[in-house]
Amino acid sequence: MDEVGVVERVDALSKRSIKKDSKRAALDLIIRMIDLTTLEGKDTAGKVIQMSAKGIRPDPTDPSVPSVAAVCVYPAMVKYAVGATLASTVRVVSVATYFPSGMADTTLKVAETKQVVAEGADEVDMVIDRGAFLSGEYFKVFDEIRRVKEACGDTHLKVILETGELGGLDNVRRASMLAMGAGADFIKTSTGKIQPAATLPVTLVMLEAIREFHDSTGVMVGMKPAGGIRTSKDAIKYLVVLNETLGEAWMSPDWFRFGASSLLNDVLMQIRWLETGRYASPDYFTQD
Amino acid sequence: MAIAKIPSTTHEPLLWEYAESRESTAILDLRPKYGLFIDGKFRAPKSRKYFPTINPANEEHVADVAEAGKADVDAAVTAARRAYVDTWGPMPGAERAKHIFRLARMIQERSRELAVLETLDGGKPIKEARDVDLPLVAGHFFYYAGWADKLDYAFAGVRPRPLGVAGQIIPWNFPMMMLAWKVAPALATGNTVVLKPAETTPLTALIFAEIAAESGLPPGVLNVVTGAGGTGSLVVSHHDIDKVAFTGSTAVGKIIQRELAGTSKKLTLELGGKAAHVIFEDAPLDQAVEGVINGIFFNQGHVCCAGSRLLVQENIHDRFVDKLKRRLSTLRVGDPMDKNTDIGAINSRAQLEKINELVDVGLAEGAEMFQPDCVLPDRGFYFRPTLFTGVAQSHRIAQEEIFGPVLSVLSFRTPDEAVEKANNTPYGLSAGVWTSKGSRILWMADRLKAGVVWANTYNKFDPTSPFGGYKESGFGREGGRHGLLSYMDWDEG
Repeated sequence: MDEVGVVERVDALSKRSIKKDSKRAALDLIIRMIDLTTLEGKDTAGKVIQMSAKGIRPDPTDPSVPSVAAVCVYPAMVKYAVGATLASTVRVVSVATYFPSGMADTTLKVAETKQVVAEGADEVDMVIDRGAFLSGEYFKVFDEIRRVKEACGDTHLKVILETGELGGLDNVRRASMLAMGAGADFIKTSTGKIQPAATLPVTLVMLEAIREFHDSTGVMVGMKPAGGIRTSKDAIKYLVVLNETLGEAWMSPDWFRFGASSLLNDVLMQIRWLETGRYASPDYFTQD
Repeated sequence: MAIAKIPSTTHEPLLWEYAESRESTAILDLRPKYGLFIDGKFRAPKSRKYFPTINPANEEHVADVAEAGKADVDAAVTAARRAYVDTWGPMPGAERAKHIFRLARMIQERSRELAVLETLDGGKPIKEARDVDLPLVAGHFFYYAGWADKLDYAFAGVRPRPLGVAGQIIPWNFPMMMLAWKVAPALATGNTVVLKPAETTPLTALIFAEIAAESGLPPGVLNVVTGAGGTGSLVVSHHDIDKVAFTGSTAVGKIIQRELAGTSKKLTLELGGKAAHVIFEDAPLDQAVEGVINGIFFNQGHVCCAGSRLLVQENIHDRFVDKLKRRLSTLRVGDPMDKNTDIGAINSRAQLEKINELVDVGLAEGAEMFQPDCVLPDRGFYFRPTLFTGVAQSHRIAQEEIFGPVLSVLSFRTPDEAVEKANNTPYGLSAGVWTSKGSRILWMADRLKAGVVWANTYNKFDPTSPFGGYKESGFGREGGRHGLLSYMDWDEG
């Protein structure tokens, strides 16, 4: 990887001017791609149930606004999220494998995965063992992903590379290839617990790896940048990079997600602005 | 659980079209007719002739511009001589610096206007005029303003002096940038200028003349005479010019060199190119694809240092070409004033015809052509980004400068062969190398006969960095400390 070239490419793409109908289409798609997330030690049933309501109906005054793709919670919260999203299209994502550090034995990670799947999670976001990766034990990392994938069964597996800990774009690409080879349905940048989290250069490198993997295997893999994407403007930049790297086939919540929380209200605000020509006060957007 | 979840449907992908996002031209305040800028004022041409300049994106008339004849060029050179003798020549460097710094600041203040006009008159994408051309233009003036009072320290052991009156002829591909490359070092070293902009893109030079007048630059220091080749020839052959600086085609460069043979006039030429862009198997391929795209499609390929001859190591050739084709298909060709346009309009009908002719030659020679399936506007001059594979060094499209969005792809097997092919051209302006191996970059740079060698990037410019050619790409350097030498003479000690 050549970092200068990668940065230059994303800078060029960031200058696309997205206006009018294209902007509205993008904003709707962004909402449909959001994994609305709460991953805090203070999470409770109340928090998760309320956030799920927000995810199902992000703007109670405007029924044309779609639901988010999913809610993303800790394993202990899965049962509440499942209950709260029952009569909706919103899926339940559980982080697993001793998120965020992943510092546990593989058997424990597999057990945790099985448990969240049994409790009704539709998707599992696992973390890779960065320690093993950085010490060159690639097979260990690969094998662990494979075993977690087995434990998932039909449940979708997203593999978090935690790119902020990998130390460079060459490793981002290597980890992407490794995760896809081991059976990841999605690859994901970060836990959100480590800075830097999602960045455009890292996302471009992962998208290029997905393209390479698809070229050589025919298998489509999805992408999820997570952590630090807070504004519509930023999210649109990610969509441009996606659109011009992987193309139309990936422009769907089936293949791209945003791991985010505060992004949602910013998108709603932008939609309101497009419709009325005015910025509404934040008080008009619900906080859950 | 009693209630089953509503199954989430498989989502249809979004076919995302970017809505048009045009830069407004309301910022422009153009006159219908422009005279010549001589001795600090705009004046009607003694030739009484005017010619139209059009917008190549839609063929609409933009303004009429004076065509300078012999009497006009005489007047411009006389004004320049007088200013050289009376004001600019004797002026202390620190004072000249103030003037040039002021020009730089005023260019920055009016950079959006100049960028819009550059696009309107020349067809380049507004994105490039705004983000590449104009920042470099201002940067160049700032850089050389800084040298004006430090010339005694620029070269060890010599006391520099200016040459006198410089006749400068600039091309249509980067009108303002070429103006900056010529005017800034000439003024910094104490010369005065008669500038002849290209006939298809005269307007930004005329706005620059307005800026010069407004900035208080003494009359006669900068003179702008518009016109075509005939006017250029009058400037070059004028007896009272001390220095000729020309950027343009090698054919015209040769005529100028013959014309000046036996005279005491100094000459610098920045001419054509057919740059080799060499991709080794260990290159970061996805970034190399971007570099190649930028190398040949930047400014519609109207770039003398364009990487128009792609040399790909044979063992990655097919894979690399597939990546290139895919990338070509995402280029957005169309209205240059749209902020999302990647490839704008071809500068003129004549240039479009020349590109068409050489592309026909390529097809007749048996090269395989690829063009993406993009819709071109009905009016204006446009050409699809084009890639030729199966090209040999013996093909004309591998030898001649096309000066358009057309890339010829060749292959090589070993580093030695890459060097041999890269240098197998009468030109020698620039080259590019992509490899992950630092030692190979240095090995290649040692052997490539080109004025500029870019490594793992392409088309990067900076005021501090000298630019110029080997062989038939010209001589003399523009930019950097070396750029001062093109406009000065010196006494030892």
